[in-house]
Amino acid sequence: MTEPLVLGIETSCDETGVGIVRGSTLLANEIASSVDLHARFGGVVPEVASRAHLEALVPTLHRALEKAEVKLADLDAIAVTAGPGLAGTLLVGVAAAKSYALALGKPLYGVNHMAAHAAVDILEHGPLPQPCMALLVSGGHSSLLLVEDVTSEVRSLGSTVDDAAGEAFDKVARVLGLPFPGGPHIDRAAKDGDPNFVPFPRGKADDGTFDFSFAGLKTAVARWVEARERAGEPVPVADVAAAFQEAVADVLTKKAVAACKAHGVDDLLIGGGVAANSRLRALAAERCEAEGIRLRVPRPGLCTDNGAMVAALGACLVEAGRTPSEPEFPADSSLPITEVLV
Amino acid sequence: MLLALDTSTPAITAALHDGTEVRAASTTVDAMRHGELLGPTLAKLFEQAGIKPPDLTRVVVGVGPGPFTGLRVGLVTAHALADALGLPVDGVCSLDALAVRVLAERAPDEPFLVATDARRKEVYWARYAPGQNVERLDGPHVDKPADIGWNGPAFGSGVLAYSESFSRVDSPDYPDAGQLAEAVVRGRIAVVPAQPLYLRRPDATPPTGRKPVLQR
Ligand SMILES: [Zn+2]
Repeated sequence: MTEPLVLGIETSCDETGVGIVRGSTLLANEIASSVDLHARFGGVVPEVASRAHLEALVPTLHRALEKAEVKLADLDAIAVTAGPGLAGTLLVGVAAAKSYALALGKPLYGVNHMAAHAAVDILEHGPLPQPCMALLVSGGHSSLLLVEDVTSEVRSLGSTVDDAAGEAFDKVARVLGLPFPGGPHIDRAAKDGDPNFVPFPRGKADDGTFDFSFAGLKTAVARWVEARERAGEPVPVADVAAAFQEAVADVLTKKAVAACKAHGVDDLLIGGGVAANSRLRALAAERCEAEGIRLRVPRPGLCTDNGAMVAALGACLVEAGRTPSEPEFPADSSLPITEVLV
Repeated sequence: MLLALDTSTPAITAALHDGTEVRAASTTVDAMRHGELLGPTLAKLFEQAGIKPPDLTRVVVGVGPGPFTGLRVGLVTAHALADALGLPVDGVCSLDALAVRVLAERAPDEPFLVATDARRKEVYWARYAPGQNVERLDGPHVDKPADIGWNGPAFGSGVLAYSESFSRVDSPDYPDAGQLAEAVVRGRIAVVPAQPLYLRRPDATPPTGRKPVLQR
């Protein structure tokens, strides 16, 4: 069999993503984002996102087909994010995928969003080493996963106990008067700041677990800024952004490297929207280099939520000969990482 | 071959109509599992009717009003199916679909109201003229049942759930896709673009400034 042609649909949050891959070759990765609709709310509003997915899905899929220069009939399989994510938005993608699969008579794979974040790197850097460590950080998740085999065996070593890393970026951005989503704005502001300006707390950094905590950090930043404002002094936005970003990057990379060493893993993969953060990338590169760990970070368009990652995992599942999902599988907002395929 | 479906109420209802008669129909009531059940329901219908999806020539879907999550399952399913097969997809107001069933089963001889549950102690409702064809006189609206003030015959899950607010309450409760398909084929119901009729804005309020974290 030649490499499978797989369509992937992703609707777990605010991006309607449709990707098409042939094996590990990326053919199309089209996104319709509703982020602008959420900006005035300072966070993703599930109902607003669900409405946007319904409108965007078919047109986005057609853009992907055109870009890839393939027809629906050519597909070997369809993959869709079954969870985790927002229940209402997941359902739009799952129902659409089931309908396309039924109409076209194609096998359907309901896949795990987190595993897809790891699988996407096959499109950029080739097959995943087995095992590899995956640090997945975004507005919705902050997790360390031990990936023995992305099609069948993924284990969670730790995750955030409160806010996701990207959520902390959004909240700190709001405190600093920067727009939503906070990540890129804080990254930009921090370029001119001093990362050691204030030693913000590194939650759980030395607790011996692989869990994260960002709520304390976020509150510490808000407190600091408020005290400054109350004293009638100007807030040095660049310095606060840099010091906050440093704290996040420090604790993420420290734990990721520690996890690699604890499990004898030589390869670290970073994915999720926060992987676009320049300081996180730089610090991860520095620390991996020092410890002899190979670092893989897909390009930003493959790090944020997208359809290509779902298609990539789908292609891995097809090639591994896994049985497609039963047609009645549900969208599962809290799908555990142990279920790569539902 | 027409596929008609509606997921605007707890009923997941779908039917195949060959232009002469209903070839297969299915209705399952399960408010929480539209996403799980609709796909397999359609697969079962195709099997029962002895046809394959490419035999379809048209898709008609209830566009609501109805609880949003379930409603979207039907809409996105209809759009995806029609898109995959290169077919036109039309919408019908889901209250009109329920009115079809009222006309067929109860044949009221005076104006009547239909309503479905909109949650939050409200109903989606519309008023219709008696007759063979669906003729909507008012609506669709979303209101508290007591605020509607209707003394004529009233049908649907929305009036059955709030019977104290209506004087003449009767079933049926939900639309039936078989009767909907028949009405579409006979031209007894208006078709509209297959876009959702939400009638309500999304629940979302912009944040009102920053919450102080320091003790005053
Ligand atoms: Zn994600």
